[in-house]
Amino acid sequence: MTDKPMVRFDKVSKRYGPLTVLDSLELDIHRGEKVAIIGPSGSGKTTVLRMLMTLETIDDGVIWVEGEPLTHMERNGRLVPADQAHIRKIRSQIGMVFQSFNLFPHMTAMANCIEAPMTVLGMKKAEAEARAAELLEMVGLGQKKAHYPSQLSGGQQQRVAIARALAMRPKIMLFDEVTSALDPELVGEVLQVIRRLGSEHDLTMLMVTHQMGFAKEFADRICFFYQGKICEQGPPKEFFGNPKNERTRQFLHAVLEAG
Amino acid sequence: MGIRTLIVMLVASILLIAFLALKPAYSLFLPGLLEGALLTAKITVLGCLLAVAMGVLAALGKLYGPAPIRWLANLYIEIFRGTSALVQLFWLFFVLPQFGISLEPFTVAVLGLGLNVGAYGAECVRGAVTSVARGQWEAATALNMTRAQMLRRIILPQAFIAMIPPWGNLFIELLKSTALVSLITLSDLAFKAQQMNQTTMKTIPIFTLVLLIYLAMSLVITIGMRYLEGRMSKGLARGRTV
Repeated sequence: MTDKPMVRFDKVSKRYGPLTVLDSLELDIHRGEKVAIIGPSGSGKTTVLRMLMTLETIDDGVIWVEGEPLTHMERNGRLVPADQAHIRKIRSQIGMVFQSFNLFPHMTAMANCIEAPMTVLGMKKAEAEARAAELLEMVGLGQKKAHYPSQLSGGQQQRVAIARALAMRPKIMLFDEVTSALDPELVGEVLQVIRRLGSEHDLTMLMVTHQMGFAKEFADRICFFYQGKICEQGPPKEFFGNPKNERTRQFLHAVLEAG
Repeated sequence: MGIRTLIVMLVASILLIAFLALKPAYSLFLPGLLEGALLTAKITVLGCLLAVAMGVLAALGKLYGPAPIRWLANLYIEIFRGTSALVQLFWLFFVLPQFGISLEPFTVAVLGLGLNVGAYGAECVRGAVTSVARGQWEAATALNMTRAQMLRRIILPQAFIAMIPPWGNLFIELLKSTALVSLITLSDLAFKAQQMNQTTMKTIPIFTLVLLIYLAMSLVITIGMRYLEGRMSKGLARGRTV
């Protein structure tokens, strides 16, 4: 089991009508690895996360999680499209944080964090609350448990969203442009939490980001997407220091230019 | 109008009824009218409960059911919205017995009005459910909830708030439609009034009281819905989330 990648995209394609968003993607992500996905808009980078979270269907290929197919299941030695029960079983290992937070507005921060552990995992309320309290403490919101999302700042909401995802004890965490909707002064507090997660937990992390500085310092590997394909990938030092592909150079130039 | 103003109106209308009842010309009719009002209230409450149940079921069936359920839900909505409540009551009361199904007039009243209003309600439930942001479904999916759990815990509670004002209108519609049930032999408020008017010709006191009683009942509905809206939207009020 250990030699199997945590996530494997095996020739995965996604099309919207005539538009090919991802073209036969092959990507392995290893246990505990932190991968940053960057690229221009429309390059398919968010789609990668959304497919892994099963928010998008795939048109071709297979996605594997720890050696088990996510999008498919084995029947009589053949892979057939997975049913809901199978998807839910594999999906339980994955958590996601969204650009627009997507907290449940009718629930307090605490209620947001205990909802799924109770309804999905069948946890007892006291146990779920103890765990959620710990997580909210960890993201620096121990004092805001009883607040509703509308009473929190964007940065605070996003930190609740991180705690909520962690409460399900995923092995893989997906971060989809989690700081893009935030005011600049609130970006730091969210990145700080992610940084801490990376150092304290054995999580496999996949993030789509525009924060080049953060990607450089935090990620083990950078994947640059362009027109539905991985155009270039490598360790941040190499990737930012000595990009080989012309497209990468252009992109980095444009992004760094913008500051 | 604020909930306080509504409560003041309700109290005023009740006080006015009580005040009028001090006069013999009015007090003569009050017991009979109140008896009718009680029946009207019973039909309204049970009809509303049935309407909500049918509205939610039909909307969810139409949105998420498998093909046959979807078809059935559509059929129900179109038939009961597309024909008049009076015809539906007549059909249930006079036609069904021809097929060997005889229902009590009271049952027909609740069934007919509840099904009729439920068909309208289904559309407002559907609208409210689809108006919940897509991100809410996605967040619930990412937390590995089942479709049923998402609906019950995440989507419907949010949709519920958007549904309250239109349902308030429908409940008041239902209250007023109860006047139709006199045509299937029930002695509701409107029927009692007509009956008394025909025998005594005291039009002013009778219909003044009737008006005030209907107004009081509809105010109870409006106030109840306002209160519910206020309670349910706790935390949602100044929604910053998308």
